[in-house]
Amino acid sequence: MSDTSQQIRRHVLEQSKRAHIGHIGSSLSIAEIVGVLVDGALDLDRGEGRGDRDRFVLAKGHAVLAWYCALHVAGRLSHEQLETFAGDGTLLAGHPEHVLDDVDFCTGSLGQGLSVGTGAALGARIVGSDRRVVVLQSDAECNEGSVWEAAMFAAQHGLENLTAIIDLNGQQALGYCKDVLDIGSNMAERWRVFGWDAVDVDGHDAGALRAALDAPRDGRPRVLVARTTFGKGVDYMQSQIRWHYMPMDDDEYASALEQVG
Amino acid sequence: MRNAFLDELLTVAEQDPSVVLLTGDLGFMVLEPFAERFPERFYNVGVAEQNMVGVATGLAEAGLRPFVYSIATFATLRPYEFIRNGPLLHNLPVRIVGVGGGFDYAHNGVTHHALEDIAIMRAQPRMTVIAAADPDQARAALHAGHAVDGPVYFRIGKGGVALAGLDGRFELGRLQTISPGDDVALIATGPIASETVRAAELLSSEHDIRASVSICASLAPAPIDDLVALLERVPVAVTHEAAYANGGLGSLVCEIVAEHGLQTRVVRCAVGQMPTGATGSQRWLQQRYAIDAGAVAVAAAAARGALAANA
Repeated sequence: MSDTSQQIRRHVLEQSKRAHIGHIGSSLSIAEIVGVLVDGALDLDRGEGRGDRDRFVLAKGHAVLAWYCALHVAGRLSHEQLETFAGDGTLLAGHPEHVLDDVDFCTGSLGQGLSVGTGAALGARIVGSDRRVVVLQSDAECNEGSVWEAAMFAAQHGLENLTAIIDLNGQQALGYCKDVLDIGSNMAERWRVFGWDAVDVDGHDAGALRAALDAPRDGRPRVLVARTTFGKGVDYMQSQIRWHYMPMDDDEYASALEQVG
Repeated sequence: MRNAFLDELLTVAEQDPSVVLLTGDLGFMVLEPFAERFPERFYNVGVAEQNMVGVATGLAEAGLRPFVYSIATFATLRPYEFIRNGPLLHNLPVRIVGVGGGFDYAHNGVTHHALEDIAIMRAQPRMTVIAAADPDQARAALHAGHAVDGPVYFRIGKGGVALAGLDGRFELGRLQTISPGDDVALIATGPIASETVRAAELLSSEHDIRASVSICASLAPAPIDDLVALLERVPVAVTHEAAYANGGLGSLVCEIVAEHGLQTRVVRCAVGQMPTGATGSQRWLQQRYAIDAGAVAVAAAAARGALAANA
């Protein structure tokens, strides 16, 4: 576990416990992914304000706590602001709100992020910017037909400045993906058929993620099919459906903190 | 009207290099001039209206001013949540062009009849909603709408004849009165206003009732002051629209009457029921659902007569 992802996980646990809120497992599974993004894979500081920085769309918006924690670890969000998560009047909602400086787009309705990211990538091309766009989706989100509308469009227009990352943790709200709509076993192949440069990668290997993000492009949009473990780092949460929604009690919290370190 | 609007869009795109046109694979014999003149700013996204609005959201965030084009039902209903969570929540200048309000697509059947588009767009506080009544008003409305920084919905008629007295007038938040009359105020939105004008003629010739005709093309922002001024002067107002009764122009006028404590009686001539499945020409459908000129005249005369009898 890299230092960044460990810190992210620890903050995810602290904030989830303080706010007594769920979506913990979904946030823990992407700790390395968002850690890599704030560790330099995304250029969030080029240009003035939001103008020409790389765009990030957290399509699986329910895991936004991991993004807030990543921003905090990277020094982009203060501890005081992080502590407002899920409070009254906060800019740190349970799904991303673009009023927060480091949120480009409101998300939370699954299946919309890739379309918006595709537009952002096409827009960058039209205005002559070489900025990049990264969209982080869940595997179950690919149940949504609109994901594939966007996939077709991005491939048709050769948006090589667009990268989708799929958090392939194999779970969704009410069950395991294979028991609901079984698209996980050949996810990369599905995207290749749609014209994407699909790369299988260990979603908990920060080095592999960074290498897959930075590898030269061939004119196609790229998708990283990132194999992850839901609830990664906390044994009683790992691959357990109930931890999509459940908050932790005191004993569970103590155990989780001890495991994450 | 559709051709006038798209013709005017060439001018807008000439003046504003940030204009991009997206279509959901519709617009045969209509969009070709734009595609040929601005090929680098024209995208057929395919039959994928949700993605079309999502892409437009990303384009607008990048500083562009995208127009998305489809038949009104497909431009508004299928991607409605994308419109809400995209251009509306982010206050981005996406322009949604819905062609063929009401029964414009007549014999194509109810899947093509846009009857609730105005209501659902008007429900969103940030959406500018425009339904022009004739081709020249559509041209003016395009320029006015394009000056808005946030999202805009343009409901565009397929056809539409020039209305005498309208003279291409349009202003956001204003009403355009095209003929005077003190007994009844007829208020219309969209190209069905040509039927409203005929209804006024029928009221005059057959009932000796003098009805004014006003055009409410700017549904949001609503022409509140103009409507109050108009409604204060007449005992009966008849709203007329090619849309369901709930949520559209008739609802808007009722809201204003109630909120301002006015005494005007409002009659809503709109589609009052779910279509039965039997279809036909636009004229047949307008008669079937009582939004043709004759039905408007009868409703107005009845309301006027009832008030007179009670006086």
